[in-house]
Amino acid sequence: MAEFQLPPNSRVRPGKHFPAPAGASNVRRFSIYRYDPDSSENPRLDTYEVDMDSCGPMVLDVLIKIKNEIDPTLTFRRSCREGICGSCAMNIAGGNTLACTQATADLQGDIKIYPLPHMPVVKDLVPDLTNFYAQYASIKPWLQTRTPAPPDQERLQSKEDQEKINTPSACILCACCSTSCPSYWWNSDRYLGPAALLAAYRWLVDSRDEATGERLDELEDPFRIYRCHTIMNCTNACPKDLNPAKAIAETKKMLAARSH
Amino acid sequence: MPEIKRPLSPHLGVYKWSVTMTLSILHRMSGVALSLCALALVAWIVAAASGTAAYAVVTGLLTGWFGILLLLGFSASFFIHLGNGIRHLFWDAGYGFGRATAHKTGVITLAAAALLTVLFLAGVWS
Repeated sequence: MAEFQLPPNSRVRPGKHFPAPAGASNVRRFSIYRYDPDSSENPRLDTYEVDMDSCGPMVLDVLIKIKNEIDPTLTFRRSCREGICGSCAMNIAGGNTLACTQATADLQGDIKIYPLPHMPVVKDLVPDLTNFYAQYASIKPWLQTRTPAPPDQERLQSKEDQEKINTPSACILCACCSTSCPSYWWNSDRYLGPAALLAAYRWLVDSRDEATGERLDELEDPFRIYRCHTIMNCTNACPKDLNPAKAIAETKKMLAARSH
Repeated sequence: MPEIKRPLSPHLGVYKWSVTMTLSILHRMSGVALSLCALALVAWIVAAASGTAAYAVVTGLLTGWFGILLLLGFSASFFIHLGNGIRHLFWDAGYGFGRATAHKTGVITLAAAALLTVLFLAGVWS
């Protein structure tokens, strides 16, 4: 049964307030989830007033500015700052996205930033993705073949076949989709979630892969795939404009087609 | 090293509601409501089968304010579930997954359900 309330140790308390520097004219307020594993305290929401005239345009720029100039204890993951590594995925203004590609100008009013939803929090904006990665590994995200490879060339595929896997291959495993999904919130122990299912689909439609039957066997389960109820949060959240919901529907169609 | 009991990050309380998310939960709620309302119909039939007195009691209940409330919920649930059910049929066939499309069909479903509920109740009480 779904647990709608946060456990007692997870309830967010009001936190510290860091006012804007004197003389700042273009101030925006950011409320950021903080959790310190070294203290026994509950998570809290700290508020930072940031002078946007001396700050870059993206939410990640704000976080880096806060860490550099206001509060060095703020912890978050980031790397590429151009939407390809997937490290800075978080819940910004109520939606999951990448901090590095989310412009502050596209958001209205005060901005709340939380870690990816319904995940164990390691520290501040850093969630524990162990289960998420294990689910990805469980769909065997590599080419499985039975026939020997051609001796003188790679396993080739047509341009049309390549196009089928182009889009799903563009997933950066940021976990925005899976952690936006209420089904995943309530059943992540047994439901694979949109990211792993999109990856599964990518290998199901790969013309070179020869384990389609086994892959479908693995998915055919009341929970692994069928906890998807087409809520569409995954597709709405994806910062790469991919469509996990559609991929899951196509996989369900493949499962239905082979049972006839 | 002592084991840390990690907090769970906020979810339902902080996630921004979208049309698609709202319709998904409405679909489930209206499904449950329809099952419960079906029980009311069964109660009515059972009462009719068991005698005049029982039938009078249940009919009195169902034609009073409680019955009106029930009919309101029943018809709204029916049209929401019907509209969204059609949406689900298209999804099952692989259509309507675009971000904008899913939003639009959701808005249409909500509007159609509201309109059909009003028309249906206007028909009942005219």
